[in-house]
Amino acid sequence: MNIHEYQAKAIFNDSGVKVVKGLHCTNLNEALQAYDELESTIVAVKSQIHAGGRGKGVLYDPNTNEKIMEGGVKIAFSREEVRKYASSIIGNKLVTKQTGEEGKIVNNLYIESGCEISHEYYLALLIDRDTKSVLIMGSTEGGVDIEEVAEKNPEAIHKIWADPLEGLKNEEVIRFSESLGLTGESKDEMVEMVNSLYSMFLDKDCSMIEINPLVKNSSGEIIALDGKVSFDDSAEFRHPWRDELRDLSEEEEVEIRADKYGLSYVKLDGNIGCLVNGAGLAMASMDVIKLYGSEPANFLDIGGGATSESITAAFEIILEDENVEGILVNIFGGIIQCDMVAKSVIKASKEIGLDVPLVVRFSGTNHVEGKNILNNSDLNVFTADTLAEGAEKIVSLTRGAQ
Amino acid sequence: MSIWIDENSKILIQGITGNQGTFHGTRMIDYDTDVVGGVTPGKGGQTLNFSGKEISVYDSMQEAIQKTNANVSVIYVPARFASAAIIEAANAFQANGGGLVVCITEGIPILDMVNAVANVEKCPDVRLIGPNCPGIITPREKGGCKVGIMPGFIHAKGRIGIVSKSGTLTYEAVAQTMSVGEGQSTCVGIGGDPINGTGFIDCLRAFENDSQTEAVVLIGEIGGSAEEEAAEWASKNMSKPIVGFVAGSTAPPGKRMGHAGAIISGGKGTAEEKFAAFERAGIHVARDPSEIGNVLVKALEEAGLR
Repeated sequence: MNIHEYQAKAIFNDSGVKVVKGLHCTNLNEALQAYDELESTIVAVKSQIHAGGRGKGVLYDPNTNEKIMEGGVKIAFSREEVRKYASSIIGNKLVTKQTGEEGKIVNNLYIESGCEISHEYYLALLIDRDTKSVLIMGSTEGGVDIEEVAEKNPEAIHKIWADPLEGLKNEEVIRFSESLGLTGESKDEMVEMVNSLYSMFLDKDCSMIEINPLVKNSSGEIIALDGKVSFDDSAEFRHPWRDELRDLSEEEEVEIRADKYGLSYVKLDGNIGCLVNGAGLAMASMDVIKLYGSEPANFLDIGGGATSESITAAFEIILEDENVEGILVNIFGGIIQCDMVAKSVIKASKEIGLDVPLVVRFSGTNHVEGKNILNNSDLNVFTADTLAEGAEKIVSLTRGAQ
Repeated sequence: MSIWIDENSKILIQGITGNQGTFHGTRMIDYDTDVVGGVTPGKGGQTLNFSGKEISVYDSMQEAIQKTNANVSVIYVPARFASAAIIEAANAFQANGGGLVVCITEGIPILDMVNAVANVEKCPDVRLIGPNCPGIITPREKGGCKVGIMPGFIHAKGRIGIVSKSGTLTYEAVAQTMSVGEGQSTCVGIGGDPINGTGFIDCLRAFENDSQTEAVVLIGEIGGSAEEEAAEWASKNMSKPIVGFVAGSTAPPGKRMGHAGAIISGGKGTAEEKFAAFERAGIHVARDPSEIGNVLVKALEEAGLR
């Protein structure tokens, strides 16, 4: 789960991580009020969407696609400029290199007091799969794409790892701050910030915290000028407060609905819908569809606890996608029994009025029974014994339809 | 031989009184697995009947191991309690001669796993497999030792070792070996979480040292770099042929594909990179999982094993 910058900064503030004062707003009036309240001659007007690259993004009118303004983060030097920028941002579509062409409608703004920057840094905390611990990564080159820094100037990136049982060692954090070229009070502030962020990472069950840029201001203070925070969804049960931070408009509605049925669904751009048990097999099914010359319309794992109800929901979700010209069901029965899936497929097809070709491949638990149920039904369905056979069949059937 | 489990393994089920523990415990016994007891805190003293076999329930792993001499534990407890169950099992085995802990549970918080794995690493005589995995199975002539949720009947004893991040895709790999008349020595599902216990390299090393195993099928998926590291290791250390497949060639970047670890982030962890690493390491690549069987035959023939 991702949250907005303004929400991340509220958590930073509560966790002892220094931020500059800012106010969240959802319309122009609030934005102007925020400007008055902040009493800062210079403010940043920042689009709030769950995607990076906002500063270099472009705003478009969502209806006409007419270009409105370049840059989703603006520095305003007057109340009038706040009015100009806020009205150009709110309700419009922001396209960044992370949003894709469709962009995101900006419903939230953050108005933040100005900050005199003497140096920009990069700081992130994330789970390192190799060392199986929390990695703290910093760079003297902030405000730019960290992947580019990693490629062109890897010596600018410094890393320390927290021992999972003993935590962060103070001398390592001090060395880390020094490696970023900090001295005196700035160094101490950085040490404090890293420690505070690490505590926050653990307390809130984060999966990533990224601050780009983290800045040293003109008086040497270390301040988080940006904030990107992701939470580990698996830990949601111990953080009921997260519900309030959730912005459903930032999530795919269909993926949320799928999740309610225990389905894991990701929409893709192809024409063959897939319904599979198991994440690995679901990916493999997509890959094989491509090998046989078509493109998958989705990733869909029905999970080990699938029922007739969830399989019907899965069919509905697949068929909502107008690009779908055929469906491949691929089940390797382990916990799931193929005969149950067969009955569910027949029921779902009738309820929904399935009107595209359907190929079903069964293997594993009760696959013979499942196949017999399908072949003896009046459903227009092709059965296959292997994944390759199933993929080849659905691709050729949809080709015929074109 | 086989790796890590065989017909002499004595298995405890953690979470035995729950739905999952009961359902899969029964199937493990039906496959002739020697389930010697179960653990559910607060429910010790009960006796359960699984497929006609009486199973005692204990309150703690320490007590259960001492009473039964178990050397393997399989965890079916809910995600929020699973890391504590892993740590309890690891400490109890370490205090009683060592053992294998297999965690099936899906959806364990990642920081819980960071903590659990660090605790397991302090127990040199304990191995953790999983979490979020189908488990491990060693088939015999009839039945065998099944520690997990895989359907036993699709397997047969043989000479192919299988290691995979995925559940059902492992079954697919098993079916592929069967389709060309090959059985399995041991099949290990290492799980699809970003932080887990046993990795690909541990499995490859064990298969290399196992006299029963003559070739290995390795099934990876997008995300992380475990496949690349395994390929690099194999090129230097494996004499036995390997067949490799990676799921997720068509997965879009930045999107989690079901498994917590299956995500291409910052352009890293793509299937293409992993396939390329396999090819560099001399691993026989199957681009289509339905081709694993045929590629395996070729690999065996090339090695003079068929």
